[in-house]
Amino acid sequence: MKGKDVLRDNVLLGLGLVLMIAALYLIFIYVPTEREMGVVQRIFYFHVPLAWVGMLAFVFVFIFSILYLWKRAMKWDILAHASAEVGVVFITLVLITGTVWARSIWGVWWTWDARLTATLVLWLTYLAYLLVRNYAAEQTQGARFAAVLGIVGFIDVPIVVLAVNLWRTQHPPALIFEGGITSSMLLTTLMCIAAFTVLYIIIVIQSASMKNLEAEVESLKDI
Amino acid sequence: MKGLFPKVFAIFRKDILLELRTKEVATSILVFALLVLVIFNFAFDPEASTISMVAPGILWVGFTFAGVLGLNRIFATEKENSCFGGLMLCPVDRVVIYWGKLASIFTFILIIEVIITPIFLILFNLPLFIPMLALIIVVATVGFAAVGTLFSALAMNTRARDILLPMVFLPVVVPVIIAGVKATALVLEGRPLGDMAIWFQIMIAFDIIYLVVSALVFEFVIEE
Repeated sequence: MKGKDVLRDNVLLGLGLVLMIAALYLIFIYVPTEREMGVVQRIFYFHVPLAWVGMLAFVFVFIFSILYLWKRAMKWDILAHASAEVGVVFITLVLITGTVWARSIWGVWWTWDARLTATLVLWLTYLAYLLVRNYAAEQTQGARFAAVLGIVGFIDVPIVVLAVNLWRTQHPPALIFEGGITSSMLLTTLMCIAAFTVLYIIIVIQSASMKNLEAEVESLKDI
Repeated sequence: MKGLFPKVFAIFRKDILLELRTKEVATSILVFALLVLVIFNFAFDPEASTISMVAPGILWVGFTFAGVLGLNRIFATEKENSCFGGLMLCPVDRVVIYWGKLASIFTFILIIEVIITPIFLILFNLPLFIPMLALIIVVATVGFAAVGTLFSALAMNTRARDILLPMVFLPVVVPVIIAGVKATALVLEGRPLGDMAIWFQIMIAFDIIYLVVSALVFEFVIEE
């Protein structure tokens, strides 16, 4: 690994650590407990950032997929793959934290509300994205198939969202844009989003560099 | 683009001829779709009061499952004896193969739906002549076929294609299934066209978007 990369990784790691500790402090000590929902509302500070960064990860899967099909450079496929992995993990956590929250506020673990359904469909799409590689005959074929799915699946997101929204809705609306939360809550949320975004970048970089090494090992095996 | 249509038609004609002579795909899917309807009858035990609630769902689940099965079969026949290699060697643009395959898949699914729907309407004691339902089915089938052609070509070249196809296909066609079920429910309730306009808009938007996108990315799926 080059010296520049090591420096970049260390800076990111340090930044991530500071942000994450600050986020945890804000969530558990600084921010006041919400009046109506009680302490369970604090799960929101994990739920929302994970959802945002998860979606962001899928946006990058889309961009990297297009770049891969266009340029045919392995690095774009590796980045798309790494980004999709993080996205699926984050959206899985979104679904889990969401059900925990719903159980205590709505009284049910799950309801077929618009956003929940759309998130689940999105999660299934990207699960398929990750699995399609395993079934491909060779690696480049798997990369092409995954890229196609990364594009086709992403384009589907707005249509799915539109369809299920007309179908039904119960999820609390995004209060952030309407000034529905206090400034201390907003600060905590923003800090969490920053922390999780950095975490996402760190994991993608690490995962991509590991995949690069794997590809190198594979190519050395053939010699 | 001169002469695009005859080329597409040639591929379409080949598939139809093949099917007419083997009668392999359509018969098996027809029987399967019928079985789905019968099994759902046991699963939901629909009575006169609940029929309008569960019937659209039963119909569309039947279409979806039958569609997946058909999509699997249609490219599987190309895989036998390396027929697809021959198709790839044709001196045509890759996108022509997509349009040709799309035409045959669309026709296959539509024929199955045309046979299944009256049986469904009879079995569930619904009015037999509903032109609006036919329109919904055609519009939805375009979207099904547009995505299905792309994904069945993708699944064809993988191991375990029977599993992979529904895994990638079903999440993507969710909007069509929702719109199809909802529009069908409205039709069966005898609502006017205006009420279901939004569902038609979603389906038509889906059709157009995926006809374009699938045609664009198809070449990446079939390249060797």
